[in-house]
Amino acid sequence: MKKAAYSFPEEVLEHVFSFIISDKDRSSISLVCKSWYEIERWCRRKVFVGNCYAVSPPILIKRFPELRSVTLKGKPHFADFNLVPEGWGGFACPWIRAMAGAYPWLEEIRLKRMVVSDESLEIIAKSFRNFKVLVLSSCEGFTTEGLAAIAANCRNLRELDLRESEVEDLSGRWLSDFPDSYTSLESLNISCLGNEVNLLALERLVSRCPNLKTLRLNRAVPLDRLPNLLRGAPQLAELGTGAYTSEMRPDVFSNLAEAFAGCKQLKTLSGFWDVLPSYLPAVYPICSQLISLNLSYATVQSPELIKLVSLCEKLQKLWVLDYIEDDGLEVLAASCKDLRELRVFPSDPFGLEPNVALTEQGLVSVSEGCPKLQSVLYFCRQMSNAALNTIARNRPNLTRFRLCIIEPRSPDYLTLQPLDDGFGAIVEHCKDLRRLSLSGLLTDRVFEYIGTYGKKLEMLSVAFAGDSDLGLHHVLSGCDNLRKLEIRDCPFGDKALLANAAKLETMRSLWMSSCSVSFGACKVLGQKMPRLNVEVMDESGPPDSRPESSPVEKLYVYRTVAGPRLDMPGFVWTMDDDSALRIS
Amino acid sequence: MDESSRNDDMKLELRLAPPGAEQQQQHWGLINGIRTTTKRDESSVLSLGYFPHATITTKGSPSSTTTSSSQAAALPLHNNADKKVFSPSSANTAVPNTSQKRTAPGPVVGWPPIRSFRKNLANSSSSSKPPPPPPEHHNKDYGGGGGKGMFVKINMDGVPIGRKVDLNAYDSYENLSNAVDQLFRGLLAAQRDSSGGGVNKLQEEEKVITGLLDGSGEYTLVYEDNEGDRMLVGDVPWHMFVSTVKRLRVLKSSELSAFTQLLVLFSVGGKQEKDAT
Repeated sequence: MKKAAYSFPEEVLEHVFSFIISDKDRSSISLVCKSWYEIERWCRRKVFVGNCYAVSPPILIKRFPELRSVTLKGKPHFADFNLVPEGWGGFACPWIRAMAGAYPWLEEIRLKRMVVSDESLEIIAKSFRNFKVLVLSSCEGFTTEGLAAIAANCRNLRELDLRESEVEDLSGRWLSDFPDSYTSLESLNISCLGNEVNLLALERLVSRCPNLKTLRLNRAVPLDRLPNLLRGAPQLAELGTGAYTSEMRPDVFSNLAEAFAGCKQLKTLSGFWDVLPSYLPAVYPICSQLISLNLSYATVQSPELIKLVSLCEKLQKLWVLDYIEDDGLEVLAASCKDLRELRVFPSDPFGLEPNVALTEQGLVSVSEGCPKLQSVLYFCRQMSNAALNTIARNRPNLTRFRLCIIEPRSPDYLTLQPLDDGFGAIVEHCKDLRRLSLSGLLTDRVFEYIGTYGKKLEMLSVAFAGDSDLGLHHVLSGCDNLRKLEIRDCPFGDKALLANAAKLETMRSLWMSSCSVSFGACKVLGQKMPRLNVEVMDESGPPDSRPESSPVEKLYVYRTVAGPRLDMPGFVWTMDDDSALRIS
Repeated sequence: MDESSRNDDMKLELRLAPPGAEQQQQHWGLINGIRTTTKRDESSVLSLGYFPHATITTKGSPSSTTTSSSQAAALPLHNNADKKVFSPSSANTAVPNTSQKRTAPGPVVGWPPIRSFRKNLANSSSSSKPPPPPPEHHNKDYGGGGGKGMFVKINMDGVPIGRKVDLNAYDSYENLSNAVDQLFRGLLAAQRDSSGGGVNKLQEEEKVITGLLDGSGEYTLVYEDNEGDRMLVGDVPWHMFVSTVKRLRVLKSSELSAFTQLLVLFSVGGKQEKDAT
């Protein structure tokens, strides 16, 4: 490499670059000139791959030879709601094998919506001497045997987080495989495990790890074992309880209350399965220090929730069931002025009639009372344009707004009009809105608003909405920063998709299921856009056994530099040049 | 934002090749994602004259957009004055028989958009009494585990792709049987109809799957237990079934007796079937 008239030697540049952490900035640096590109790629330590099929292990390794931290995401978001059939893909193994060979000093692996096998976990356990962080978020495919390998071999493990993964729980013994000499645990999240872990081993582990800050237990850890655990880790900052119920006994209660009070650093609480309301007061002493509270499994009624929430004056994040009702949200609005994020989940999502007194009013109250509210996820059964308008005007600082009106295509319950104007107000007033999920009765007009105002929008989720291709066209042509678009059950078809084909290369991915996109259009898209993978999913057989005008079941389009993937199951067809030629 | 500044912004996006690599076209690996949206590209796509004769309906009732996704078959035809929902086919049905569950809409797959482990909270936990003692070393998940469901695989004769069901979502054989019907009814019709054309045909051909438990129907529900044996669903109390079931199968009843004979002769249970498929 030519060392022309540089002001700074390489080492100095490298040192400067080490202060640049954001991926976007790193990318900008690498584009300045060839030598900066070279320096940057050798000193890049952390990489985020939003779609594991957008790139391949060899490509990644070739460009970044010295990584310490890799994050990969696999399946599309709608996989969370069972829209992606099993076997679709997102296999971690090829990545882990490749990284095992290339990055002996790898410290962190974070995977989301990927299929991880025990074999992969064993490879991780044996290949990386300095392995520190394993986060498996909404993953599946592994058992507690794989966890045992991690526990037994990763001497320097700091974090083991299995959040929301599907683990085949063969036995709780794996926890005992952490050797007695192992003391470096800082964060443990086993909340998704079904069976009981070895409680004695857990207690010993917790008490011998002085840096343990996060402990999220699973439902099977009984409440009466919690005080011991807490006493073993008074420095805990984040706790997820197990089942929060036991026979009501005063000694158990006071033991618990004392143990909680001893955790002066505790800021985050979650868990709370099977809550026996009379045990809730045990946490009252620490409520005033809480910044995050996840009660989304706590099936207790509004009065109990109100008592709890009204004590949490520093609360920034609340996840709760709709048992809290409008009244409870009004109290929340009055008590928690620092609230940044609210998620209200449905207690009876499939019931036809409302089972709780939670309406749009609750959200309006919070939007009025909580000036810092930025992020909302709200399930309810009725909404009005007026309410949405009020919310938008109250909270122009919203960055994430996800509203789910449970009955598809519900109109404004007051006027029976579509909710176009309401959502329009949201995108118009909330200029920094990055994520939006729509619901209710919506016409093409709402998409016109979104295309016009949603300039910072990065992710949009649409279901049962719109009238025609114009809707999709508005979004694709108007939303300059759109990265992820997921659509289901909308009358969007070929025209908008093909007219905006180039846009798709600027996005991470597009999902369309139960829409009106024809197989023929998918072929055209695949043929004309070689840098996109156009994948058609159809469980009723090969799409070419039907007329070209037949709509495809599911379409997943994503940009890639790795070409069509080779691990597709039988129900996924790729519309690349070769296959198109073969079929026609 | 004008074209040139948009192009500039696009050039600054993360790529996996050095600047100037646009010219290299040899290998997929070297081609980075070129973001420049030239008018030429767009118009070339448009000018292909794709489907001038296209008959895709881009408007219209929700049911025309449903493909073979059978679980969405009961999309409500929204009538503002009337909150009850009916699918097109059930609206034409006469008096519902006992297995006809169409007065309420069948569950739409993936709606409302909540994770499976959030689905059954109201039923699975009772805040008024303590939980049962943890099970002794069974393979069963503890009552929904960490809020997680108890998913077992279920395959059906004639349907190539298996499914998973969350047994914690049901508390009786009858509910499970109904769920199996809902799950596979449309898929089965799609299989029968896979040679045909249009979408709308599917909904008319869907037949309710009945008699899963008593041998009276075209299909019978069987399961594989934790010892690898193939058993008829329905013999033991529900909670015992849940604690020993490993996977489910929906077999054609006509093949069952032959299969039962095989079981008796070979006593190999599940492996036999895996080899056969």
